[in-house]
Amino acid sequence: MSDLNKLSLKEAISGIKEKKFSSRELLADTKKRIREVNSKLFSFISVNEMAERQFAEQGVLESRDKLSLRGIPFAVKEVLSTQDLKTTASSKILDNYIPPYEATVVRKLKEAGAIIIGKTNCDAFAFGASTENSGFGPTKNPWDLGRVPGGSSGGSAAAVAADECIFSLGTDTGGSIRQPASFCSISGLKPTYGACSRFGLLAMASSFDCPGPIGKSVEDCEIVFNLMKGKDGRDATSSEKDQKNPPSSRQPAGLRRASKIKIGLPKEFFTEGIDSEVKELVKEAAKTLEKSGFAIEDVSLPHTEYAIAVYYILVPSEISSNMARYDGNRFGHQRETFEDEVKRRIMLGTYTLSAGYFDEYYLKALKVRALIQKDYLEAFEKVDLILGPVSPTPPFKIGEMVSDPLKMYIADILTVSANLAGIPGLAFPCGFTKNNLPVGLQLLGPHFSEDLLFEVGKKYQNLTDFHKKKPNI
Amino acid sequence: MTKLTKAEVEHIGKLANLDLTKDESERFCKELSEILDFVGKLSSVDTTQVSPLNNVTGKKNIFREDEVKASLSQKQALANAPSVYKGYFKIKAIFER
Repeated sequence: MSDLNKLSLKEAISGIKEKKFSSRELLADTKKRIREVNSKLFSFISVNEMAERQFAEQGVLESRDKLSLRGIPFAVKEVLSTQDLKTTASSKILDNYIPPYEATVVRKLKEAGAIIIGKTNCDAFAFGASTENSGFGPTKNPWDLGRVPGGSSGGSAAAVAADECIFSLGTDTGGSIRQPASFCSISGLKPTYGACSRFGLLAMASSFDCPGPIGKSVEDCEIVFNLMKGKDGRDATSSEKDQKNPPSSRQPAGLRRASKIKIGLPKEFFTEGIDSEVKELVKEAAKTLEKSGFAIEDVSLPHTEYAIAVYYILVPSEISSNMARYDGNRFGHQRETFEDEVKRRIMLGTYTLSAGYFDEYYLKALKVRALIQKDYLEAFEKVDLILGPVSPTPPFKIGEMVSDPLKMYIADILTVSANLAGIPGLAFPCGFTKNNLPVGLQLLGPHFSEDLLFEVGKKYQNLTDFHKKKPNI
Repeated sequence: MTKLTKAEVEHIGKLANLDLTKDESERFCKELSEILDFVGKLSSVDTTQVSPLNNVTGKKNIFREDEVKASLSQKQALANAPSVYKGYFKIKAIFER
């Protein structure tokens, strides 16, 4: 077999199990593909030169055949710590930093047998929505090299879309998994806040950050998520699904199978500011789901228009405090090395937290955050899931937005509210514009409703083949 | 209309331990003013009856056993340091003699 790198995770796992090919061949094809296209795309900041050796070492383990991801090459976003592998956060301030420990989510996947193939580009410290804020240059969209792959997990998304890995890890603080998944026509999950440990994730905004999987199908994301998730003693905010604690959780899916699963379309996600082709394709997807037995209803999330303002007060505030650790004394370089957007957000957060402004900005934003979460909890009294576009536009051109930071912030309008509420969101492809640019949708659900999101997402991907289309690169 | 002065921007820069160039200070005056103007729209939301949402999980007081576990060796902890002296991080003096 050739081009094994094109396989989905599910296909790769069964191919290895049935001995149609070896993990070694899969690793070789994947590396070959990276050599062919990385100079065009710049999805990877570094390639793991130890991958083959690590795989060989794993081969002598007794339990190797039981490892569910044995020999599967995956890519890891630059903000997730990888032991003994350079982790720059795509910022020049850390261009020489080699973590002495491993992020919990990375460790869990390695323990399942997966092999890190390389580290992927992102906006520096994950501050951005296009990867243009990377200190090392932008990643290109595999569907159109003149356009951005989205961000901040743009490298992880482009690497999956261009078959430079079997799956990848990203992080989502305000849409950074869902929006690049949508821009690159692949699938990605932003888990419930706390479902996956943040230990070893270079902190951006600690009450928002969520590591999650990016894959070639919803089913692939499900496999990876189920291996990543779980409580971790090293992250006090990590948790398991339980019946007592989540602020929103309807009856378990099994109990309400008698009636149809209800999916709500929030009217605030289909306003004038949203590109008309995007709206049409997402509504078309809703119709496809309706025809196959789901009930579609209109719902309202009245505080949506305030989500960006709340987000861009709270997130820079948390950033300004998290970034204080970069003093150049214990690792990395001096603070003047920070990229523009990093400085901008530190400045903004320092201002909103400073004496005299705390109540006006930070405290006010925490209160409106409560109203945004309440909007969702009330909507989930009426419907099981919410469906909408991920991004107000298809992928934009490199350079188009970069000179106007506020305009770039507003592009996060449809994704940030899930992070403000702490709920999970699953993004997957739902078509292409007339110019052949990818469009994705997101399904949002109550806290810890990932299983239901996967169920609906898999059903949609059984009915459609948008997720199987590959870019011509 | 929020308008940050250059002096305010320089003061924030100092609080944030960022040495801003003249060009950066000028740019941030304009950009931060625009962003603050935009986020200022929250003042129109009535929040008199609303408690701040500090934590989306609803969990509090997470405890664990206080056990000794393996940690980084001194060598590992110092491996990324720009400057080391006899097993310590070597940094610039912060007190005057």
